[in-house]
Amino acid sequence: MRPINPRGTWTLFLREIRRFLKVKMQTIVTPALTAMLYLVIFRYAMGDRDVPGMEIDYFTFLVPGLAIMAMMQNAFANTSSSMIMGKVMGMQIYLLMAPLSAIEVVTAFLAAAVVRAMIVATVFLAVLMPFVDISLQHLGLILLYGVAASLIMGGLGLISGMWAENFDNVAMVTNFVIMPLTFLSGVFYSVKQLPELWQQINAFNPFFYLTDGFRYGFLGIGDTDPFASVTIVLGSVAVTFVLCWYLWHIGWRMKD
Amino acid sequence: MYALEINGLGKVYKNGNRALDDVSLTVPQGSFYALLGPNGAGKSTLINMIADIVRPTSGSVRMFGHDLFSERAWCKKRLGVVPQEIAFDPFFTPIEVLRFTSGLFGCKPDDSWIEELLTRLELFEHRGKGTRQLSGGMRRRLLVAQALVHRPELVILDEPTAGVDVELRRRLWGFMREQSSKGTTILLTTHYLDEAEELCDHVAIIDRGRVLTARPMRELLQDIAASDLWLNYGRAIVLTDADRIALAAFEPRESAEGVCLKLGRAAGGESTFHVAYQAAVARFGPPVDAGVKSEDLEDIFLRLTTKDREIQS
Ligand SMILES: Nc1ncnc2c1ncn2[C@@H]1O[C@H](COP(=O)(O)OP(=O)(O)O)[C@@H](O)[C@H]1O
Ligand SMILES: [Mg+2]
Repeated sequence: MRPINPRGTWTLFLREIRRFLKVKMQTIVTPALTAMLYLVIFRYAMGDRDVPGMEIDYFTFLVPGLAIMAMMQNAFANTSSSMIMGKVMGMQIYLLMAPLSAIEVVTAFLAAAVVRAMIVATVFLAVLMPFVDISLQHLGLILLYGVAASLIMGGLGLISGMWAENFDNVAMVTNFVIMPLTFLSGVFYSVKQLPELWQQINAFNPFFYLTDGFRYGFLGIGDTDPFASVTIVLGSVAVTFVLCWYLWHIGWRMKD
Repeated sequence: MYALEINGLGKVYKNGNRALDDVSLTVPQGSFYALLGPNGAGKSTLINMIADIVRPTSGSVRMFGHDLFSERAWCKKRLGVVPQEIAFDPFFTPIEVLRFTSGLFGCKPDDSWIEELLTRLELFEHRGKGTRQLSGGMRRRLLVAQALVHRPELVILDEPTAGVDVELRRRLWGFMREQSSKGTTILLTTHYLDEAEELCDHVAIIDRGRVLTARPMRELLQDIAASDLWLNYGRAIVLTDADRIALAAFEPRESAEGVCLKLGRAAGGESTFHVAYQAAVARFGPPVDAGVKSEDLEDIFLRLTTKDREIQS
């Protein structure tokens, strides 16, 4: 569809923002608290040890990883829950009937997912501010990787929500795909600690690059070269976006 | 100018269900159009294809001269649809639903229009309630308000009065008639055929995915409606073979009080009433009383759909 409807896109974006702000305990506070809980547990489990191969203590190492993990999981949750709720409750037809192009719909959903992810990460980091020395070595990288991770995860959430037929399906994807991939993306360890085989397997986990690049933005150290990975990351964002656009365009699993 | 020109529209659902089969209809701009048909006829399928909720299998649709499938956004801005199923965002109040829908259609929320819609559809005092707290009838009215909020030129209502009581239905119809008089084209489906007959100026009857008839209401009631001439002789009349032969053109039937003849139209288009009456008088003498009963929309509807089902089976 050629004609664009910026007001419609903005309206949908605002609705998506409102949707999670109405239940901010569940969508902002809980995720930030969960991340902090991990931090506390690992802090006590690992003590003051440094991360092997890096001149940095575990606590500092964990903070950016947990932040981006929360961002990814919340971006996914935002789009997938909105999509499946609209489907199950029959509200999605109003979006299909509205004069919005697929690009506009996808943009509104993903933008809202990014906002939620940013808010969760900001709350998490702001609370930690007094306790950790959070440096922002490369703010550009932090933003790039943070936004890219949220876009990719928001897109995957959108697709999962479109695919799912009920809340259970979404929970399944969350628990069996998203959780493991984010947990194993190097949030809790440096890949250099892993056995050779796992290091190789890990190289195929897309979220590993996101986590590592994001952390590099804070600490200036990482397992990969985040500048070299930029093209991979932007490419992944583009692929996700195009896939979302196409699926919405054809009304995948929404239009009979 | 046509609000809708539907050409050879067909839909086969994934399960192989042929819900719509080569439907062609034209809805004149400004008309108040009744789309009628028994349950499962394909009315909602037709509407949902126009609304972009269901993918068409074949055919084309033009809306105000624009191709619906290639100029979706242009068409959608001019279209308001009340879907058959009621669904709302549980977090929204009626006023928020209307503001949100305005925005979604690219319009700046027009608060005076929203207030008018809420008032006219008797939702004003409920404007701040959650949509979950609204009764079925209120939700249905909110759907109507939602379909009108961006001031569409074509409004399609899929059973807007299902489950709405008589009084409210009347007021709802009144409101729709007002919209119609302002130039809005209205297409609706309903099971209240008497109301459709009174309100609508055009009618299409579809069944099993095919159009049985589509024409101006007046034409349907005048030309398609069959009429019976009742002749009351105050006693039962037993038709002899000679009577049956003489009156064969009128398909005579015996009744408790006399006979009943079927009226048709002569070559010039005028009713055969006079000829039938004369023929009856010639056989049985003058009746004590007589009357003509014409089919109403419901009779025609039943006749056409039953006949169609008989032909099919
Ligand atoms: N999503 C669907 N999948 C398969 N068959 C459907 C679907 N929706 C409707 N049908 C079938 O298509 C036919 C027309 O249905 P519908 O358009 O809802 O009729 P109406 O609105 O006139 O009652 C029915 O036989 C119905 O069972
Ligand atoms: Mg229906």
